[in-house]
Amino acid sequence: MTAPDTASAPPPGARTPRPRRRAGGERATERRLAALLLAPMLAALGLVVAYPVASAVYRSFFDDPIGGEPAFIGLRNYADALFGYGSEGFWAALGNTAVFTVVTVVVETLLGLVMALVMHRAFRGRGIVRASVLLPWALPTAVSAVIWGWMLQPDGIVNALIGAEVVWGGSEWPAKWSIIFAEVWKTAPFVALLILAGLQTIPPHLYEAAAIDGASAWRRFTSITLPLAKPAIVVAVLFRTLDALRMYDLPQILTGGANNTETLSMLVVRAATSELKQGYGGALSTITFLFVFLCAFLLIRTIGANVFAGIREEGTR
Amino acid sequence: MSTATARRPRGRRPATWETWVIGAGMVLLVLYCLAPFYWMFVSSLKGPAEITVNNLWPDDPTLVNYTGVFGGSNDFGYAVRNSLVIAVSTTVLAMVIAVFSGYALARLRFRGRNLVLALVLACSMFPGVAIVTPLYQLFSDWGWIDEYQAMVLPNISFALPLAIFVLTTFFREMPWELEEAARVDGCGPVGAFARVILPLAAPGVATTSLLVFFAAWNEYLISSVVSITLASNPVTVAIAKFAGDTEFQQPFGSQMAAGVVVTLPLVVLVLLFQRRIVKGLSAGSFR
Repeated sequence: MTAPDTASAPPPGARTPRPRRRAGGERATERRLAALLLAPMLAALGLVVAYPVASAVYRSFFDDPIGGEPAFIGLRNYADALFGYGSEGFWAALGNTAVFTVVTVVVETLLGLVMALVMHRAFRGRGIVRASVLLPWALPTAVSAVIWGWMLQPDGIVNALIGAEVVWGGSEWPAKWSIIFAEVWKTAPFVALLILAGLQTIPPHLYEAAAIDGASAWRRFTSITLPLAKPAIVVAVLFRTLDALRMYDLPQILTGGANNTETLSMLVVRAATSELKQGYGGALSTITFLFVFLCAFLLIRTIGANVFAGIREEGTR
Repeated sequence: MSTATARRPRGRRPATWETWVIGAGMVLLVLYCLAPFYWMFVSSLKGPAEITVNNLWPDDPTLVNYTGVFGGSNDFGYAVRNSLVIAVSTTVLAMVIAVFSGYALARLRFRGRNLVLALVLACSMFPGVAIVTPLYQLFSDWGWIDEYQAMVLPNISFALPLAIFVLTTFFREMPWELEEAARVDGCGPVGAFARVILPLAAPGVATTSLLVFFAAWNEYLISSVVSITLASNPVTVAIAKFAGDTEFQQPFGSQMAAGVVVTLPLVVLVLLFQRRIVKGLSAGSFR
């Protein structure tokens, strides 16, 4: 998907002075060397990504007999998932995934932007702040889920702090919010780091010039900071959206899918491992990755287009 | 800020309202990030009598949770060993493969280069669940269930896209004239690369290794399916299982102690390499 910007980036050899015209034999050796060097990577990705995906797609066109050979049933697994007996669970999981993705990405981006602005203006203690911000990112999601599960106990610290008696694991929306809190806590600092990297590329003299021209702080924020940090923000949103759409570890450990908190990923794993429905699970996983690709495509088309075009221009300069 | 303060050199600012807002923001930010870690640590020091009391420091700190974690039915020591073996082998193997690919993509000209890059990127977008069932089938057929390689191999593939992108970015900025100079001086292509370029690329390779190690240490989805018994469970699976064992009374104290054990090496790595990690993360995102 970033093929356009890599395609127009200068060829890797361009920066070094090399003889332009080379013998055909040298080109062939270079090609052979490239094939040799890329082979292990292609083999690893082929075995662990391409083969399983192809196999899941293939298997999705067959049924799940209790014994005997699976029979070809065309698109019936897909129909079952979308409109048939599995449809209720599927649309619920799709809805939950959408809610988690939209809410967490929006909150993370806003919170991350504020954090990045604070870190950017920090004059003392940058090291401490940077280390603290990295820690939630570095923490395994499984451990984060366990910590939040503990803090959100009915007699836990969160209820004690807010002075309420919320049973977080007891009903639908508290359960959903607990997943959202835990997810935002862990990833907003990561978003902040990405946006901070963008803020640091803004030349300070722009602010000085704007200040001399009498632009207010808000005006400087909206006319300088936001537009110039936009590529970083877009990249962060893209990363986070793709990740949130695949959310599995956190809800699986925190709620186990109870109280209508099951995500698409959890649904796929449940169908495939505990219900042993390979064909049906294959259909679900195919739908899931098509959905993720569609979201990525739409995101890049809508918010990413001009950013990537901008990068391309810079690359050809 | 007025025009005058905008030009004042850093460090000699007067305490304006802005200084206070930023200062308060930083304190809040650090609290936000560290509070759950603090609560995990404090809870791990509380005995069964105190664990449900929400005091900020235990009246009677005890290590009973830690002895519980490493003894009895939990045997968390195994999980730590498993995770170390899995994460270290993933890092070493993935880095060797990624250095090869990064070199080819950054340095060599061949047809289909952009296609390869696009493929790698597409792989990084794949939801892990799309491959978990067929992988489980494949690994069962091979007798790999409960074996390290069943986790190492998927971990390598998950780490490769990011590692290749970060390394390609680093390699593109290398002074390749030096390699050519070394070759003129009689080094073979491999020797030139290993003696001249690799040492220069060491910081980039180190950064990428760290990112790969973190990713492997944190992996849960595939491991939870292909690793059944305690003998091969990595820490993430083991710590989540603590929760599942006793449904009505979770051993929260032991879970928090296990959490501290899992987090400690990460804290050390973050403190030592924070600059590098931040650089690697931003290099990976602005590919």
